[in-house]
Amino acid sequence: MHLFRLKNNNKDKKDKKDAGKPAGIPEGLWVKCPGCSEIIYKKELERNLEVCPKCNYHFRINSENRIKIIFDEGSFVRLFDDLKPTDILDFKDTKKYKDRLKEDYEKTGLSDAAVAGYGLIEKIEAASVIFDFNFMGGSMGRVVGEKITKTFEYAIEKKLPVIIFTSSGGARMQEGIFSLMQMARTIAVISEYEKTRLPYISVLTDPTTGGVSASFASIGDIMIAEPKALIGFAGPRVIEKTIHQNLPEGFQRAEYLLEHGMIDMIVERKDIKNTIKNLLNLLIND
Amino acid sequence: MAAYLLDFEKPIGELENKIEELKTFNLSGIANVDEEIKNLETKRDKVINEIFKNLNSWQIAQLSRHPSRPYTLDYIDIITDNFIEMHGDRAFMDDRSVVGGFGFIKKDNAALKPQRVLIVGHQKGRTTKDKMQRNFGMSNPEGYRKAQRLFKLAEKYLIPIITLIDTPGAYPGLGAEERGQSEAIARSIYTLLNIKVPVISVIIGEGGSGGAIAFGAADKVFMLEYSIYSVISPEGCASILYKDVARTEEAANALKLTAKDLLNLKIIDGIIPEPLGGSHRNKFDAAANLKNTIIEAINDLKNKKPDIIRDERIKKWINIGRTS
Repeated sequence: MHLFRLKNNNKDKKDKKDAGKPAGIPEGLWVKCPGCSEIIYKKELERNLEVCPKCNYHFRINSENRIKIIFDEGSFVRLFDDLKPTDILDFKDTKKYKDRLKEDYEKTGLSDAAVAGYGLIEKIEAASVIFDFNFMGGSMGRVVGEKITKTFEYAIEKKLPVIIFTSSGGARMQEGIFSLMQMARTIAVISEYEKTRLPYISVLTDPTTGGVSASFASIGDIMIAEPKALIGFAGPRVIEKTIHQNLPEGFQRAEYLLEHGMIDMIVERKDIKNTIKNLLNLLIND
Repeated sequence: MAAYLLDFEKPIGELENKIEELKTFNLSGIANVDEEIKNLETKRDKVINEIFKNLNSWQIAQLSRHPSRPYTLDYIDIITDNFIEMHGDRAFMDDRSVVGGFGFIKKDNAALKPQRVLIVGHQKGRTTKDKMQRNFGMSNPEGYRKAQRLFKLAEKYLIPIITLIDTPGAYPGLGAEERGQSEAIARSIYTLLNIKVPVISVIIGEGGSGGAIAFGAADKVFMLEYSIYSVISPEGCASILYKDVARTEEAANALKLTAKDLLNLKIIDGIIPEPLGGSHRNKFDAAANLKNTIIEAINDLKNKKPDIIRDERIKKWINIGRTS
């Protein structure tokens, strides 16, 4: 399921030598844009919400920066941060799952691949889950599923709209069947949440695939995607291997999904906050 | 008799060949070898018992995909009367990797009230042509959408739903993506979770990832003894995580995908025993066990009010494998 993580890791490895990463912002002062290959001054990129000022390429951003972009300054309160993943299957592949968790914790400061909480979006209170691709490819295991479940339960209790920002390769294989179960779990809690008649907005960012795409992320009342975000069930490499042919240009990108009727709109990063505000104003019945 | 033999089934196959030979001998009237046949059959059963006592996860995975294993239509044939298959998603096509229809569960005695059911299941093919038509049990969005349509019909007519799961996974194709594979799976889960009639799922063979959970969000989930249920296939896991397909056996073990594992982990509600040597050696006994479990589960659920059924199912799934 989460083939992306692998693909991206490989890319990362390769690109480290070239001093420039396609995802996230590297350490140096200058960044090469994967969209247009232009060299961009890192500060400028940050000022521009990590969107290439030359070609509008949307870099993947971490949960912290996403929160800064979406929520009114200082208003976001994290919830359920005490939830820590456990290695329930005692899983070991080329590395122990426990060690992977530890490494990614050290790398990101996060205990798992999503941050949950609530905050103000242009003064409208909303509950939210924000995925972080830097932690095990944003993959969904028990803790991520639990955070989504608890966030919707919190939103039911407090009568809040819910916005989820996904960036995930899919289910976390190291948690085996438990990760698969999160697909039904999250949909179950959303079914319950629907009784509140409050909006659930799903914002798909690059990439959203596998078990995340095939569960809660695809049943938002409103479906938004960032430009050129890769969104699909199977990863492109798996599909290529299956059908033995090259995939068409733009396949599984946000624009392709819009054209095929799978999402409501593509919104640039700089406009997402305002779009959400407008939607919430329209959809919430005071 | 099973025509195809897995590696670990070969000792069984050899004995079976001998038994067959002797039987033809008997028929030809040259000599009476009843005694020998009986001895060999006892020996065969002993050998099967020995082999099946110590199956590892990978062997069980192989059994779950045994080419002679009964498929959804085999079970429908054996356990239902007057089954009528429905077709199509009313939007794009009829996905033949999913079969669905209404029928009565065959009665064990005439005094029993007839029990209506909707059965929806993945369907694999037996011959090459059939396999292609069934897309090896890998569904496109239309398969999940046909299912959703039927789930809603069953709800309208207050008919309990049985899903039979047997898929390597949802089809990873270009058209599938184009037509919303993710949405189709998510919506299938959503529809099952919210339907107001009993839903019983049985994994009869391969419970492959998203394609399986699409039909698996039920009140009661059972697994046949030698079926598997997993987030990824052992091969897929070996190649992605272990970066070595040769480590498939290890991956099968690590994933905890057998019925026993999943009952221990409280993911499923029960295991349906299979006949000696697996369901492919006696599909009628396998079907009888399946039928008994289904009837029992329906009886447990059918007197509940529609809203209660839905609410209890949602509650079960919100709390499945809960961490806190």
